[in-house]
Amino acid sequence: MSTPASVTAQRWAWRSLTSVILIVFGIFFLVPVVWLLLAGAKTDHELVSANPFSPGSLQALRHNWGALMSFQGGAVKTWMKNSVLYALLALVITLAVSIPAGYALAKLRFKGRRLLLITTLVVMLMPTSALVLPIFLEVNYVHLVNTPLSVVLPFSFFPFGVYLAYIYFAEAVPGELLEAAKIDGCSEVGIFTRIALPLAMPVVALVGFFSFVQNWNNFFLPYVMLPGSNAYPMQVGLSQMLTSTPNFNPVVGANAEVSPPELVLATLISAAPVLVIFLLAQRYVVGGLTAGATKG
Amino acid sequence: MTATAGNRTRAGFRQVRAGHLFVLPYVVLLALFGVVPVCYSVYLAFTDAGGGFAGFSNFTRTATDYRFLPALGHVAVYLVIWLAMLSVLVVSLTLVVHQLASRRTKAVIRLAYYIPGALAGASSVLLWLFVLDPTVSPVAPLLKAMGSDHFTDVITPGHLPVIFAIIAFWTGAGGWILVLYGALNTIPADVIVAAKMDGAGRIRTALSIQLPMIRKSITYMLILAFAAGTQLFVEPQLISQASFGVVPNDYSVNQLAYQFAFTQNDFNGSAAIALDLLVIALVSTSLFVTRGRLFDTD
Repeated sequence: MSTPASVTAQRWAWRSLTSVILIVFGIFFLVPVVWLLLAGAKTDHELVSANPFSPGSLQALRHNWGALMSFQGGAVKTWMKNSVLYALLALVITLAVSIPAGYALAKLRFKGRRLLLITTLVVMLMPTSALVLPIFLEVNYVHLVNTPLSVVLPFSFFPFGVYLAYIYFAEAVPGELLEAAKIDGCSEVGIFTRIALPLAMPVVALVGFFSFVQNWNNFFLPYVMLPGSNAYPMQVGLSQMLTSTPNFNPVVGANAEVSPPELVLATLISAAPVLVIFLLAQRYVVGGLTAGATKG
Repeated sequence: MTATAGNRTRAGFRQVRAGHLFVLPYVVLLALFGVVPVCYSVYLAFTDAGGGFAGFSNFTRTATDYRFLPALGHVAVYLVIWLAMLSVLVVSLTLVVHQLASRRTKAVIRLAYYIPGALAGASSVLLWLFVLDPTVSPVAPLLKAMGSDHFTDVITPGHLPVIFAIIAFWTGAGGWILVLYGALNTIPADVIVAAKMDGAGRIRTALSIQLPMIRKSITYMLILAFAAGTQLFVEPQLISQASFGVVPNDYSVNQLAYQFAFTQNDFNGSAAIALDLLVIALVSTSLFVTRGRLFDTD
């Protein structure tokens, strides 16, 4: 028998239980991020002995920053520049390639369309790293290893972007609109550039976001393609810094080139662009991933 | 009559030509970085260093390599833990967040859980190396309570699958929660109301109605996570660099393929292992593509 009192008690118990679960996981997800934001502004000594959530000092931050920038004659700057270059070039090519392709797959009828759709879907669902060694072997065969193109071009192949564009054009852009333009004598290319494309800005942004984030964070492909430190993107550079840090490589000992707080700062810098984009774009991305959401 | 038919053909022809023009650059990239590398790997995997036909010898040679089975075992244990975490924790968390009353709270929680997704690859592994190092970790008391006073106590081989699963969960769970949340939103509200009127509690509603109705999204998540998990590379690669030799540099299958290519110069063996992994990824995703219906709008 459930009396009103026991119902209230039950509801209260349920609510406390779920709150505790949500808070515990909130702590789990956010504690490392908060620590990352703080630890780069500490001295080596503070990092070990001070409270992990105490703020550091501007002075220590400046010192760590200076040391980081002079690491191997400014390697960090080079790596960051490379990351930006690779990710942005790939972004531009990805958009130029995948948006028209998604449009054609959704709105035009041509031979091979069905086959292309299915291939796209299969490749899109496959983990990108499954193709890294095969692509390396191919690129090695044509002697293009260790060139920026060897990462930018594979980065630009982004079937998920084609799929997103396909879904968007199929569902959100009415066929009648394009039909009307055709009757008015607009060419197929004109219909795309003047009518479909302006309507597709949300999906252009979404594809751009996913492409940039994925390529920025990619480690495996540049790791195998680019043997020279000068060509590393930041993610690969981090692994080189790791081996110069005493915590994780006792061999370097007191002569270590990188102190732990500097490595933390480098980690933060490597993630900063994506973190900023995440926070700026969260409304759209969260909305996009929750696609089909009718109520929040 | 004939005039309209003629117009239609001309329009159709124009459409075909435009269609091909629009997809051409994409098809070129698909060929160069999807189809050709796979074909070339198949060629390498079935030939020897001199280019002669080798049958399955590259596959048997790599599969009987003393490092292959341990690597496969490591990845399998990791996958079991990771998929269990996804299906239990991600699904339950999504259900719990979804039933909250306040929209604002829901939005804040979804974002908070999703933020670690910004740190993938090397950045997240490096951050976790610090989190797992008791001398600097923000959760040092927790690590010490579990009996680890030094970094080397934490990253023992027995702990690694759990550690990799936790890192993967930390970066990936938030995104999957968003996807499942979206799927839950597509369940019509009156279905839930009807269940409540029939006397179903929250847990009953979740088990009998919500879970079966988002089964497809859950399967999608598990298949993608499985395919990606078999590729384990950056986590063990960085940890083996940082572990003073506790973790070998051939811990995962992909690392072994890398070792074959880069330290043994054995591209044929490397291609054979890469193909093993590729076939697993291809089979699992093809199953989903043919049985799930992602092209419903078509």
